[in-house]
Amino acid sequence: MLARRIIPCLDVRGGRVVKGVQFRDHIDVGSILDLALKYRDAGADELVFYDITASVDARTISPDWISKVSHLLDIPFCVAGGINSVQSARARLEAGADKISVNSPALMRPELIDELSAAFGSQCIVVGVDSFEDTDTHTYRVKSHTGAAAATLDTGRFTLDWVQEAVGRGAGEIVLNCMNQDGVRKGYDIAQLKAVREICPVPLIASGGAGTVSHFEDVFKLADVDGALAASVFHKNILPIPSLKADLKAKNIEIRI
Amino acid sequence: MLVIVDTGCANLASVGFAFERLGVRPVITGDADTISKAERIILPGVGAMPYAMQALKTRGLVEVLRAYTRPLMGICLGMQMLFETSAEGGASGLGLIEGGIDLLDTDGKPAPHMGWNRLDNLADDPILAGISPGDYVYFVHSYAARVRSETIATSRYGQSFSAIVRRGNIYGCQFHPERSGKVGAQILQNFLKVET
Repeated sequence: MLARRIIPCLDVRGGRVVKGVQFRDHIDVGSILDLALKYRDAGADELVFYDITASVDARTISPDWISKVSHLLDIPFCVAGGINSVQSARARLEAGADKISVNSPALMRPELIDELSAAFGSQCIVVGVDSFEDTDTHTYRVKSHTGAAAATLDTGRFTLDWVQEAVGRGAGEIVLNCMNQDGVRKGYDIAQLKAVREICPVPLIASGGAGTVSHFEDVFKLADVDGALAASVFHKNILPIPSLKADLKAKNIEIRI
Repeated sequence: MLVIVDTGCANLASVGFAFERLGVRPVITGDADTISKAERIILPGVGAMPYAMQALKTRGLVEVLRAYTRPLMGICLGMQMLFETSAEGGASGLGLIEGGIDLLDTDGKPAPHMGWNRLDNLADDPILAGISPGDYVYFVHSYAARVRSETIATSRYGQSFSAIVRRGNIYGCQFHPERSGKVGAQILQNFLKVET
């Protein structure tokens, strides 16, 4: 049986790992390599590194630390942040990243997904989607450039349409960041994740809202996602990964211990 | 000397790093002469089979690899390239193991098969020393070899498939040992000890 993945997310800014609440008010939580090692040793199944300011600052992340992380880690990791061409993706994969994740640049130019999957195969192309529920119209819509509140744009796209388009263009995995839930630890957006799960034939990773063991249990059992991503509960040691994984296994969820 | 074949694919660095963590510094090269003289070879690969085989042909490595007799391990796409054919783009492989690679029927589960899955039906083989049934390794693939006489470990996702194959000195891992934690490191360590 394929295990459900527990994925700490490390938001990187200025070479350090930071954490914000609803994409704002970032605080420093440690060095990239120290946290990579800490989470590897704790039993993380995969790590994601987001350079949260890369798209906003119109630059891309440095392959430099990617190579150091790759040297250190014996688990897979994904890097994201301003990757906007085959060339910038290649530099990161050659530095040792297992997957690359694209978000804002793919919204600006969706053909980027086709180009990346043709060059490297779908299996290493992740599309990150920052989605919010418009509570007036009860629709899910996509935002871009969420690394800084002032730069964030409403793309006008509907989340379900964009996920289907991204998969059709060659995305091998979708990470759905539910923005209404991000950093507030009230639970994953199960309704939204279920809606996306129904139309998403590739692996789906939930992001945004994790606060308790039962939030993880619910997202695996109710929304049937392949992995659950979280940041603050791990950075603040609210849910140590070894005990989280043991608790989930005890609840009959397939988990790698 | 351990040589990692430069297949033009993008994950060469992480395979090399995995051996460095074991205290071995591999040579990453596409040079036919160096490869034919290597003590052991790793054939890595990610991406699509037709593209990867074309890269081997362009580098003049198809015959070099076919003629190689010392231990060789193909990883992920590198394992699939050991076979005669692949359903992926109708590609021809190296033909070191008879038969073909099929699209993995995931029985409606998300594809590609991505994540940590269990090894099972382990044969008594030196490459599996210290490995137990149920140990998890990291997979990322859409195509697979069905269970066959060369299969020495299986995994299951929708259907059972070959997780590890062996024919003589030729080994293939469908998963990524370089990203499979202590279990993967043990398998790579075992490969370094396989007698030449």
